[in-house]
Amino acid sequence: MTTSNMVMYEEEFQELNKVIQRLLVEANAKVIFLVDKNGQLISGVGETDRFDTTSLASLTAGNIAATGGLAKLIGEKEFSILFHEGEKDNLHISIVGGRVILVVLFDNRSSLGLVRLRVKKSSEELSTIFERLVRKTDEKEKKGASEFPFAEITDDDIDNLFS
Amino acid sequence: MSFINYASREINCKIVYYGPGLCGKTTNLQYVYQKTAPEAKGKMISLATETERTLFFDFLPLALGEIHGFKTRFHLYTVPGQVFYDASRKLILKGVDGVVFVADSQEERADANIESLDNLRFNLIEQGYDLDKLPYVVQYNKRDLPNVISVDELRRDLNPTNVPDFEACATTGEGVFETLKAVAKLILMDLKKGK
Repeated sequence: MTTSNMVMYEEEFQELNKVIQRLLVEANAKVIFLVDKNGQLISGVGETDRFDTTSLASLTAGNIAATGGLAKLIGEKEFSILFHEGEKDNLHISIVGGRVILVVLFDNRSSLGLVRLRVKKSSEELSTIFERLVRKTDEKEKKGASEFPFAEITDDDIDNLFS
Repeated sequence: MSFINYASREINCKIVYYGPGLCGKTTNLQYVYQKTAPEAKGKMISLATETERTLFFDFLPLALGEIHGFKTRFHLYTVPGQVFYDASRKLILKGVDGVVFVADSQEERADANIESLDNLRFNLIEQGYDLDKLPYVVQYNKRDLPNVISVDELRRDLNPTNVPDFEACATTGEGVFETLKAVAKLILMDLKKGK
C-alpha cells in the first residue's frame, strides 16, 4: 500500500484543537472542522452539536476530491481554497499541508476577507503540527513501538461487533 | 487508509461498494441502513440524479461498537456504476480500506460485470492499490431473478483469486450483512497485522 494509516495522538490533538479554537474566535466563525482528505472527521470546535459532522466531513472530502479532479483537467495541481456563499451562512474550505481539509463556517458577523486572512495564518501552524504527527507515526512504526490497540484482536471480538 | 485516533479512541475505516450500473450497490446500503439500530448509524447520504441513479456516491456511516476500548466506525460508500462516471469512481476509491464487488447475476449483465471488475482493478492501480492485496469480497446479487447465471460460472469469471464470496438478494436483504461482515473482518484482520 502506498500510504500509511493516519494516526492521531493526544498531544497533537490538543495542539490542533488549540489552533482551531483560536481561529474560531479570531475569524469570528460559527464552526470549524478539520477533516482528513478521505472524509474522516478529525476534530471540530464551535457549535458542532448543530451539525451532522460525519456527513459534513464526508461531503467536504467529496467536494475537495471533485474540484481536485477538475483542477487536474485544466492543468492545475489542486484548488487549495473553495468558497461557498449561502444566504446566511458561508463555507470557506481550504487544504492544509496537502493532506487535511480545514472547514470554516461563518455568517455575516464575519467576512470572507477576515476569514481568509486568519485561515492563512493558522494553516501554517496546523501544517507544522501535522508534519510532526506524520514523523512521529513513522518513528513509532520503525521502532515497532506502536501501541496498536488491535494487535490482540480475536475472531470473537470481530464477531461480537455484528451480534 | 484507516484513521486511528488515540485522543478520541476511535478507528475509522472506509469500505467501497463497486460494480456495474444497476447491480444493487445502493440497495445494499439502503438495506444496511434500514436494519441498523438508530444509535449505530448516521444519516445516509445519496448524491443521485432525479431518476435515482447514483451521481457521485452514497455514504453511510456505521458505528459497530468497541474493540479493546476503541470505537469502531465503518464508512460505507458506493460508486456510480454507469460507465461514463469513471472520473468520479476514481475519486471515491481514494483512501479505501476494503472493497465489495457487487455483481449482477443476470445473464445479460455478464459482460458488464467483467468490464466493471477490470475497471476496478485499473482504477485501484492508478490510486496505488493492488486489488489482490486489499481486503476484498464479492457478492453475486439478484439471485432471486429467473435469468441468472450459475454461481460456479460467476465465480469462474469474477472471482479467480477465491476471495470470500456471497449470494445475495439486496432487495430482501439476503446476503447483505454477510457480505459487509466479511469485508469488515478482513479489514480488521489487516489492521491487526499492522498494515
